Amino acid sequence: MTDWIDIAELNDVPRRGARVVKTAHGCVAVFRTAEDEVFALDNACPHKKGPLSEGIVHGKAVTCPLHNWAISLETGSVMGVDEGQVSTYPARVQDGRILLDGTFLRARAVA
Amino acid sequence: MKKLVIIGAGMASGRALERLIDADPEAYDVTLFNAEPRGNYNRIMLSPVLSGEKSYAEIVTHDDDWYAQNNVTCRFGEPVTGIDRDRKVVIGTKGEVPYDKLLIATGSAPFIIPVPGHDKPGVIAYRDLDDTNAMINAADAPGKSAVVIGGGLLGLEAAAGLALRGMSVTVIHLMGHLLERQLDPAAGYLLQKDLEKRGIKVHCQGATKAILGEDRAEAVLLEDGTVYDADLVVMAVGIRPETRAATDAGLDVGRGISVDAQMVTSDPDILAVGECVEFDGQLFGLVAPLYDQAKVVAATLLDQPAAFTPKELSTKLKVTGCDLFSAGDFADGEGREDIVFRDPSRGVYKRLVIEDDQLKGAVFYGDTSDSNWFFGLIRDGEDISDMRETLIFGPAYQGGSPVDPLSAVAALPRDAEICGCNGVCKGQIEDAIAGGATDLGAVRAITKASGSCGTCTGLVEQVLSVTLGDDFKMPAAQSICGCTDMTHEDVRRMIKSQELKSMPAVWQECGWKTSCGCHICRPALNYYLLADWPLDYKDDPQSRFINERKHANIQKDGTFSVVPRMWGGMTNPAELRAIADAAEKYNVPTVHVTGGQRIDLLGVKGEDLPAIWADLNKAGLVSGHAYSKGLRTVKTCVGTDHCRFGTQDSTGLGIKLEKKLWGSWTPHKVKLAVSGCPRNCAEATCKDIGVVCVDSGYQIGVGGAAGMDVKETERLADAATEEDAIELATAFMQLYRENGKYLDRPYKWIAKVGLDWVKERVVDDLESRKALVERFELSQSIYRTDPWAEHVKERAESYQPLANLTLEAAE
Repeated sequence: MTDWIDIAELNDVPRRGARVVKTAHGCVAVFRTAEDEVFALDNACPHKKGPLSEGIVHGKAVTCPLHNWAISLETGSVMGVDEGQVSTYPARVQDGRILLDGTFLRARAVA
Repeated sequence: MKKLVIIGAGMASGRALERLIDADPEAYDVTLFNAEPRGNYNRIMLSPVLSGEKSYAEIVTHDDDWYAQNNVTCRFGEPVTGIDRDRKVVIGTKGEVPYDKLLIATGSAPFIIPVPGHDKPGVIAYRDLDDTNAMINAADAPGKSAVVIGGGLLGLEAAAGLALRGMSVTVIHLMGHLLERQLDPAAGYLLQKDLEKRGIKVHCQGATKAILGEDRAEAVLLEDGTVYDADLVVMAVGIRPETRAATDAGLDVGRGISVDAQMVTSDPDILAVGECVEFDGQLFGLVAPLYDQAKVVAATLLDQPAAFTPKELSTKLKVTGCDLFSAGDFADGEGREDIVFRDPSRGVYKRLVIEDDQLKGAVFYGDTSDSNWFFGLIRDGEDISDMRETLIFGPAYQGGSPVDPLSAVAALPRDAEICGCNGVCKGQIEDAIAGGATDLGAVRAITKASGSCGTCTGLVEQVLSVTLGDDFKMPAAQSICGCTDMTHEDVRRMIKSQELKSMPAVWQECGWKTSCGCHICRPALNYYLLADWPLDYKDDPQSRFINERKHANIQKDGTFSVVPRMWGGMTNPAELRAIADAAEKYNVPTVHVTGGQRIDLLGVKGEDLPAIWADLNKAGLVSGHAYSKGLRTVKTCVGTDHCRFGTQDSTGLGIKLEKKLWGSWTPHKVKLAVSGCPRNCAEATCKDIGVVCVDSGYQIGVGGAAGMDVKETERLADAATEEDAIELATAFMQLYRENGKYLDRPYKWIAKVGLDWVKERVVDDLESRKALVERFELSQSIYRTDPWAEHVKERAESYQPLANLTLEAAE
């Protein structure tokens, strides 16, 4: 059972950019690609906890601003030779609004 | 006979009616309402009517005779005011009609942006024949201008039609490239180029602020202050399903009227079809699915089984001469691979997106001849692994075995052209190699092959490899990044010589292998474009590293540091007080004095940045650009003001230099210093530009460093006056800006080009020096501003979280 929470307008996040959503258990980064897809990931690189929302978005990936690790927005896994994993959360766009799945966001507490 | 009432005589209901009458003309007694005072015509062909290629009569699909022959009672020009489901009647302005079955086909309504002036005469949408006629009438006198708001399919067709009718047309598009739903940026760029060739002006990233005019529309004002004259304003920003009748009748309505696969609404006796419906969360705007729906409607009305299933769709633009096609899902992603083919000289771009050995999406521009074949592959989900190597060349090239690129080059005849720009064929290159040219540089020097656009570099290297065998080592890739084979230098040359003024332009003309670059090439391209085309190119924050995007330095914990500018290293009690107050107010944990004579506030939270900047701005402090690949600091000693050894006003010169150069972007950071005497307290001899004052004037040194490498400056020139010193420093800065490779400090750049080359242009040739200073000033007319003040005013909101869910308790 999904519980979609209306977060903001799609246009509040720039193309090839990101903004954060604060939750009780830390920040979730919401990314928007050049093709207007949205993805939600924990806002912390598995390497040194760099804020992924501040990275450069290219294709469906983001490069962490601290040490240039590239993370797949779709799977949350680290690309290239480095290894690691970032939690991802269901996100979608409807009528120009960004929706996140509340059930998943709350499940972060137990995860 | 049962009674069927249809609301709306558009293409979907028209097709449904045809299907119904074909199958069983006796099944229903039909009444057809239409708010427009006419029957069904082919709305898709309104564009050719607008452009004058067709007349209205040619696009009518059902004329009066057709309706009469098929016993359809027409109530045209009569809006429906209500549906009474209890009594099963439709209420029109001229009376009620009872129904057994009702079909709602109200289509969609244009979206009008509610900007001031949107209701003035002269502002129209583009949906029906009346709109089309209004446009044709507006274009009847020569010298008139039109603005089309919206660069989607409809907007561009309107723009092309109006241009053909002789109007001067500007398209305003909110997004970064045209047709952003159908095309990727590369194809959008080619389309824009083609439209501009037809005299249509395109303004992307343009947000409409207001429509100006006394009694009617006269001009359109954009948020960025641009004003375009407009005798006619066409709003083509989108459509939304027209659902009012259904909503008033209490039917289930989401974004559109909800229907099941049989096209039945929440009332079993009411069906809906066309642009007004929503099925499985989807809306439909193209004609193919509407026709599929119409078929299902006819079957359902006749109690036959049928179900609607949405299919993969493709798009073509109906603008004569603009050949574009897109289908499927062409977004990037992990597990997805791109095959990109670009032919810059023909203006052709083809991109295939492959996932799991299936073709998922395609975007073509300039050559769409095989689009149907590709569309079939997408639709059928065919396994393409066997033809992958040659897939992009289309159906004619399938079936052969994949070719090793080297053996293909080896098989080329001697007269095969390798370098198109310079007309060099394979034989000439082989001769050069036989004459002793054993690397790319030597071949290029002798034959000019690959010396212009550079796209044949790989081919020339392959000829070297084939001819020399093991004696030739393919050079290690020195390309900017994996997105391209071209070097920084090659790309910069292309940007200047081909006048490339946007990122998609560079990607296309330089044959980028990815659709939108990466974190390595995008910041470099952004710099090259803004340095070479300061007035034409708009800085792209999303292509900048975070420090330059947020005008602060990111720290290891994700907080930022804030460094206000202190001109020439000078400050005063009021500034210090403001800095101290800000440090306390925002709980700044660390206050540090930098090596460049500035105060650094470390540990500021990202969301506090606009507020702390606003406070510092109030005290007259602006950004110190301590984060930029640009002018950082001018460090000074106190010179003749106080020092007993000072020979000149080193502080004053430092301040003047900083006021001249601040805000400018450069390939890498640039630090300056001015020392008042050769004792050199400001350490000017290890700066990118360092001035040492002497009795007779000023010694200007360049190319110093005190970082990973330590280097003493080399003397560029001696200047007699402050003005000369400033002019020399400025000209040097501009020469570096125009020629340096991104992330090369000046000393690295000078090592490549040679100090003599720099002196020739900056010192010896006065004309050249003057021109460099002028170009620098032109760029500074855009960039010599305080980004902090601008962000406080215009984008403070973007520093805040998108949403705060912490108040929602965790369960």
